[in-house]
Amino acid sequence: MTSRMQTVRRVSLAVVRKDLRIEWSSKVLLNQVAPFSLVIMIMFAFALDNEGILQRVAPGLVWLATLFSMLVIVQRSFAVETADGALDALRVAGTEPLGIFIGKSLALMVQLLALELMLLAIALVLYAVEPTAMGYAETFATMLIATIGLGFVGTLYGGLGAGARGRETLLPLLLLPAVAPVLIGATRATEAAFGSGGAQSSEGWPWIGLLAVFAGVFGAVGALAFGPMIEE
Amino acid sequence: MTTTQSTATPTTQKLGIATAIAVSFLVLSGLIFSAEDVVQGSTVRMMYVHVPSIWVAYLAFGLTALCSAVYVSNRSRSLIWDRFAGASAEIGVLFVAISLVTGSLWGRLTWGTFWVWDARLTSTAFLFITYIGYLAVRRLGGTFTQRARRSAIMALLAVLEIPLVHFSVNLWRTLHQKASIADPNAKVQLDGFMLFTLFWGLVSFSMLFAWLLIHRQRLMALEDAVQDQGLDRAIQERRTEAGR
Repeated sequence: MTSRMQTVRRVSLAVVRKDLRIEWSSKVLLNQVAPFSLVIMIMFAFALDNEGILQRVAPGLVWLATLFSMLVIVQRSFAVETADGALDALRVAGTEPLGIFIGKSLALMVQLLALELMLLAIALVLYAVEPTAMGYAETFATMLIATIGLGFVGTLYGGLGAGARGRETLLPLLLLPAVAPVLIGATRATEAAFGSGGAQSSEGWPWIGLLAVFAGVFGAVGALAFGPMIEE
Repeated sequence: MTTTQSTATPTTQKLGIATAIAVSFLVLSGLIFSAEDVVQGSTVRMMYVHVPSIWVAYLAFGLTALCSAVYVSNRSRSLIWDRFAGASAEIGVLFVAISLVTGSLWGRLTWGTFWVWDARLTSTAFLFITYIGYLAVRRLGGTFTQRARRSAIMALLAVLEIPLVHFSVNLWRTLHQKASIADPNAKVQLDGFMLFTLFWGLVSFSMLFAWLLIHRQRLMALEDAVQDQGLDRAIQERRTEAGR
């Protein structure tokens, strides 16, 4: 049992290192996904066309932009695995699926967190959001816990049908309804943190609790389901 | 050689006839025999379709989850469970759609709007979208076994996802009319015949579900067989070409 856990740890570290190294050398997050999320934030401003409304709905927009960008990152994360049969090779080599799941989830979390920090900065500048010190703490807690949940659920749904034709167009349909609780929870918590619409800072913590439940559930289920899922 | 295969058997034919009679009686009972509601007037008749539809949808999705769980846990990996799961989900999606449409029409007449963002409506919309996704996963291609495994996992994930979405949407907003019959403390009293019509709707729609399910499952088995035959034929043709 202990040796299995050691294998899982080794595999997950190797996978997270590999994914981040691929990202570091290709710079897809920096050159494509980050500008894409910036465009989304600007387009929201065009669509809503009112500074007061923008300030009020900024938390929701930050999280929507995060979810849209996440779709691109998840697709990319599994395109890397399925190109040249990399996932098949991992499977044939008898690599621990739990290790792959944890590794890919961690890599996704790191990238998402970087993106969310950038989106927060954009919201501060473009949407004139001014959180208090406590608000910042709450925002970071929300980001951290929401990202853990998103990392697990993104990897789980990303792996579903990996390698099948047409799965790229299917991913948004599967993933967006599944992350609805994160959108609701994270938006309400961030509203409380930003004080949007007169929300009190203390109102955010129960929503962070909801995000933690989500992360726990999908972490546990992903650990169980990811192995059978990628074994084609 | 041409073979004619039907999805009907004497038993399903009897079930079909019984269902047709039951649904016809529901139509008569709902539209003619039952009285108008004191408050809602004739719009209450929409409930005789709306409530049984959502009941069938829940039944169907429950069955999809059950068959998927059996498929995953059963060592024989019999594709019949996969086909039952898929057929059930298709019917479920159809009936959620009916329920959403009748609910919206009822809402327009009663609340003055087709849609309100309350918890139950929003959750139902998510239920609809989730199972459309499930059906799309079934059409991803690959072998029958790949289809069965993927869709079984997706169905089991949906079982997990739906309560989470429902719970979070509930926290988000709750305005919906409380279920007036299921609530034991409710003061609302339904007229005896209206209640009978509603229950008759549940019975006849359940019969309709069973009839559709059996036929759809058999049709899926035939579709799979055709796909297999097509593959065999293509291999045979290539062999003939190569042999020339």
